[in-house]
Amino acid sequence: MTVSAPTLVLLVDDYPDNRDIYVQFLTYSGLRVEEAENGHQALDKAFTLKPDVIVMDLSLPGLDGWEATRRLKGDPRTCAIPVIALTGHALAGHSKGAFDAGCDAFITKPCLPERLLDEIRAILAAGRPRSGDTTP
Amino acid sequence: MPAARTAAGRAGGRRQPGASAVGRLELLEALLVATDPVQCAQRALGWVQRRAGVRRGLCLAAQAGEGPRLIPVASLGVSAHRAARFSVDLEVRDHPLTRALLAAGPMLIPPNGGATPVTLLGRTEVQAIPLAPLRSGDLPAGLLLLAPLTPALAGEARWLGRVLGPRLAALIATRRLEESGERLQRERALLSGIINAVTDPILLTDGEGRIIIANTRAETLMATDEEQSEGRRRAVALNNMLFSAALTRRAIEGAEAPRHEVPLVDPVDGSDLLFELLSTTSSDARETTGIVSILRNVTDLQRATAELEDNYRKLRQTEADARAERDRLDLVIDSVADPILVTDPGGNIVMMNAPAEHLFTVAPEAASDEAQRGVQANDAHFSSFVSNLFFEGDSRRRSGSISLVDPSSGAALPMEAISGKIVSEHGEVTALVTILHDRTEELERARLYEELKTVSAGLEVKVRQATAELVRQNELLRRSHIALEQASSLKSQFLANMSHEFRTPLNAILGYTSMLLKGVSGELSPHQRRNLERIDSNSQHLLSIINDILDITRIEAGKMPLSVSEFPLPDLIGEVLAEVEPLIARSQLALTTKVDEALAPLRSDRQKLKQIVINLLTNALKFTPQGWVTVTASCDPVLDRIAISVADSGIGISPKDQDVIFEDFRQADDSPTRQYTGAGLGLAICRRLASMLGGDLTVRSALGEGSTFTLVLPRVQKDETR
Repeated sequence: MTVSAPTLVLLVDDYPDNRDIYVQFLTYSGLRVEEAENGHQALDKAFTLKPDVIVMDLSLPGLDGWEATRRLKGDPRTCAIPVIALTGHALAGHSKGAFDAGCDAFITKPCLPERLLDEIRAILAAGRPRSGDTTP
Repeated sequence: MPAARTAAGRAGGRRQPGASAVGRLELLEALLVATDPVQCAQRALGWVQRRAGVRRGLCLAAQAGEGPRLIPVASLGVSAHRAARFSVDLEVRDHPLTRALLAAGPMLIPPNGGATPVTLLGRTEVQAIPLAPLRSGDLPAGLLLLAPLTPALAGEARWLGRVLGPRLAALIATRRLEESGERLQRERALLSGIINAVTDPILLTDGEGRIIIANTRAETLMATDEEQSEGRRRAVALNNMLFSAALTRRAIEGAEAPRHEVPLVDPVDGSDLLFELLSTTSSDARETTGIVSILRNVTDLQRATAELEDNYRKLRQTEADARAERDRLDLVIDSVADPILVTDPGGNIVMMNAPAEHLFTVAPEAASDEAQRGVQANDAHFSSFVSNLFFEGDSRRRSGSISLVDPSSGAALPMEAISGKIVSEHGEVTALVTILHDRTEELERARLYEELKTVSAGLEVKVRQATAELVRQNELLRRSHIALEQASSLKSQFLANMSHEFRTPLNAILGYTSMLLKGVSGELSPHQRRNLERIDSNSQHLLSIINDILDITRIEAGKMPLSVSEFPLPDLIGEVLAEVEPLIARSQLALTTKVDEALAPLRSDRQKLKQIVINLLTNALKFTPQGWVTVTASCDPVLDRIAISVADSGIGISPKDQDVIFEDFRQADDSPTRQYTGAGLGLAICRRLASMLGGDLTVRSALGEGSTFTLVLPRVQKDETR
């Protein structure tokens, strides 16, 4: 069992408190978390940090989550990184738009931090087998 | 007379016997050969001329019987015209020729002999020779007058009288006999012509009924010969039989019987004929008694009689028809409600029907002054109308209006009068027929119609105004509808946005609470923990309200797509129970499920069905303080529907609230101090969802006696496109 760097999560959300909750909890759970509060920032951090997973709020000022995801998925540097869409919009159409944009999972707010953690673990387990590394 | 004797005596004395005998023989031969008196007399005169040198002579024949006279038969040297003057009436006894005839022998008559001058044979003496009769004692056959006197004549005179007389008499007698025979023949021919000319059959029969004489017509009926056809012969035989029978009957009944009719058959064409028999018994002195029968053809008469009777009958019939026709016409005219009057050219009313009588006559017993005046006024108006028409030349019809009054009531009667002239073949106007029509009603109708038109026009204006108003309202309504739709759409949008906006902070609340409870920020005191748990449950409740609002918004906006799949109902029930398990455990209620395991798989929206059942079950748990809750699932194979019931022994719902509970944001207890939490959206959403699934949600409950909510829906979702 080799010791590697803990899983890096890029958390994109314009609402600071929500970011704070997930950052606190994910960090508490042993994950590294980087934050971005808009689409452009998210793209910049994604290209530079190459996170293991990106949690993307869809309603963002400026470049929104759908567009950001589309660009990430369209870029060879980031196309392999799983994107979990997170939105407060529960109306039909949102989830479809998210999958169309390239999101790998879709979570509706409110989402308890432990639920997000479960989702992150599940998607990493499915994508890249990194068992053991991510557990706190 | 003595002179005549003397002359004869002288002549006889100088005759030559030899030559005389030859001459006499010549005369006898000539007389014997003669076939008629004239020829005989001519030859005798010719002989005297040759033998005795006589130049003029006349032979007269004595005609016996009534009015005996001497008639010239032949003459010599005298014209026939002059000879005719020698016709002498023998009753005139002293006529010289009468005397000469009756004289015993030949005598001489002087040129002016006797009273009658006999100068036709010349102014000389005339030898008169009486001609001997055929039988002695009879009147002499005639007289021969000869001149001039010659000796030869004197010798032969007496002989000549003896020879010529009987011969002439015989020839005259023969001639007479012949003539009477011819006359008889002619008469007979004439008679038979007459008889035959009679078209009625005439028959003479003897005492035994045998036909002696029959005219042509009778022969056609009664006689036949071998050459004729069998039918004709038989008809004739029949006719004979019938005729004999008629004669016999007549003989028995006597000739006085008025009529005897004999039916016979026409042998030619076989038609029946009827004859009347007229018979007379004819007596002939020499013949036996015969019967003359005349048959008068009365066939035509009979036919004519029949025809006459027939015609008479027809006439009577026609008369009766005419009378009936007239009666009917009267009836028709009287039945017409409008007054009808017939007027003659003098303007007098000839005929009128009952309604007209009412206007133009006055009953004597009801003759009030007013009625009298009314009738007079009517008469005057009508007369003037009619006389105008009579004077109006060509038009055969005229219509106009006249104002009459009802004599009984005095009410005015505006009348329309239509008159027509009845014109004879010669173009004269013989009568005038006028029909009056009461226009009171018509005028009233016209007035009402006008009124109606006015009202109608007013109404039309009102309708037009109302329509315009309606259009305006409609437009307003349409606009407000659009505005409403926009508002509704805005509302939905607003709610959607709101729910999002709600979620974000709620997410933070729930997140932080969860983390604190998980001890992310360190250990908590029991008191802190309990308070945090309260925050958590209230936040959860707020979230569920927001979710419900969102559901309703989605359903109303039509943004709740159906996701139809096939699944077994028991599985679904199992999931629901598992999800609600914490509530069940907390409630301490006895929960039983009765699910038919053999149910065929369902085809529906699993998520929505689950949502409904969870809602019903959580409601049941919530409103049942104690007792039991039962979940039943069954299938109606006939209608192919499933029914899921959730029954409880809870507080129940009063009948008046049983509709309220399905409305948005309503609970049976709406008071601010209500005991049970919840936004009151659950059942409203459930009913909407049930409807989306093609089913229905109903409740059966009584206050304090629990409730049973039943969801019925098709086993197979029909419309999967929604």
